[in-house]
Amino acid sequence: MRLLQSPAVRVGLSISIATGLYGVSFGALSVTSGLDFWQTMALSLLLFSGGSQFAFIGVVAGGGSGVAAMGAATLLGMRNGIYGMQVNALLRPRGLLRFAAAHVTIDESTATSTGQTDPLEQKRGFWTAGLGIFVLWNLFTAVGALAGASLGDPKQWGLDGAAVAAFLGLLWPRLKGREPVAIAVVCALATVLAVPFVPAGVPILVAAVVAAAIGWFSHGRSDEGLEPDMDPYAERPHPHGRPSGDAA
Amino acid sequence: MSLWMWLLFSCLLAYAWKLLGYLVPASVLRDPRMSRVAGTMTIGLLASLTIVNTVASGQTLALDARLGALAAAGTALLLRAPFLVVVLAGAGAAAGLRLLGWG
Repeated sequence: MRLLQSPAVRVGLSISIATGLYGVSFGALSVTSGLDFWQTMALSLLLFSGGSQFAFIGVVAGGGSGVAAMGAATLLGMRNGIYGMQVNALLRPRGLLRFAAAHVTIDESTATSTGQTDPLEQKRGFWTAGLGIFVLWNLFTAVGALAGASLGDPKQWGLDGAAVAAFLGLLWPRLKGREPVAIAVVCALATVLAVPFVPAGVPILVAAVVAAAIGWFSHGRSDEGLEPDMDPYAERPHPHGRPSGDAA
Repeated sequence: MSLWMWLLFSCLLAYAWKLLGYLVPASVLRDPRMSRVAGTMTIGLLASLTIVNTVASGQTLALDARLGALAAAGTALLLRAPFLVVVLAGAGAAAGLRLLGWG
């Protein structure tokens, strides 16, 4: 019970529930995109990174090839490498623990951890959010996949519209300020211009190249775009969980 | 079978990115440029996926009920709705517009 008094554990649990729940939308959209139940579960169990999972099924749904889907998912997963570096610097996991920590290194577990100042709280936040989201995300993916499979014509239910909304919802928290908005607009334009000329799925990779070039050649915040899909510390009286020191 | 193969490769590569952060010396990845590219690419890819799912239909562009989904999702986000509500708003708008006979 003492663990529940840890601010990082509480934040970790609430972000686990919020993030886990939207696994329902992933599961439902995945099976209506043409993946089967076990392919959907493999993405949630093994790939385990919401944005990349949505990217994979988004490319497949649009008629793109498997290799284009892999390209989009993989490029979108690059930020997890940066998160891994941040978490490694904070938690210094040793031995086999590192391999487990790597698997649950995603937007939300990293944000829960880095939002704390006390080393013990950082550790608790990372593992609570990482493991909590892993369990609930997979559970709700299965629920969504089973529900989605029984829906019939996905268009009648507006599930293609749900995919549009999901991607905008993932993009939204990253549009803080003019620069990210400009990057988003330029990449959206590049995508639309490329659609008629290259096979389905490839326009997304064109946009990735444009975005990478902008990041490489321009100067700006080095953490641009690295906001989590769900901010564990949003709408809390003490942003960044600062008052954690005395509770450990 | 081929989709399974690309899917499992994607899982492997996703894990490779994550593990890289733990195994590579911090100095290698400390270059702020790598972090910036990772971030701008995240924005660019999500913007691209949003628009592709809105207007692309194979290799052609189509304006249909999905535009309504985009508008509904944007409105929900402006009203600070939680993620699931945003997704439901998108689905509801697309389904509703189709019921009305558009797209």
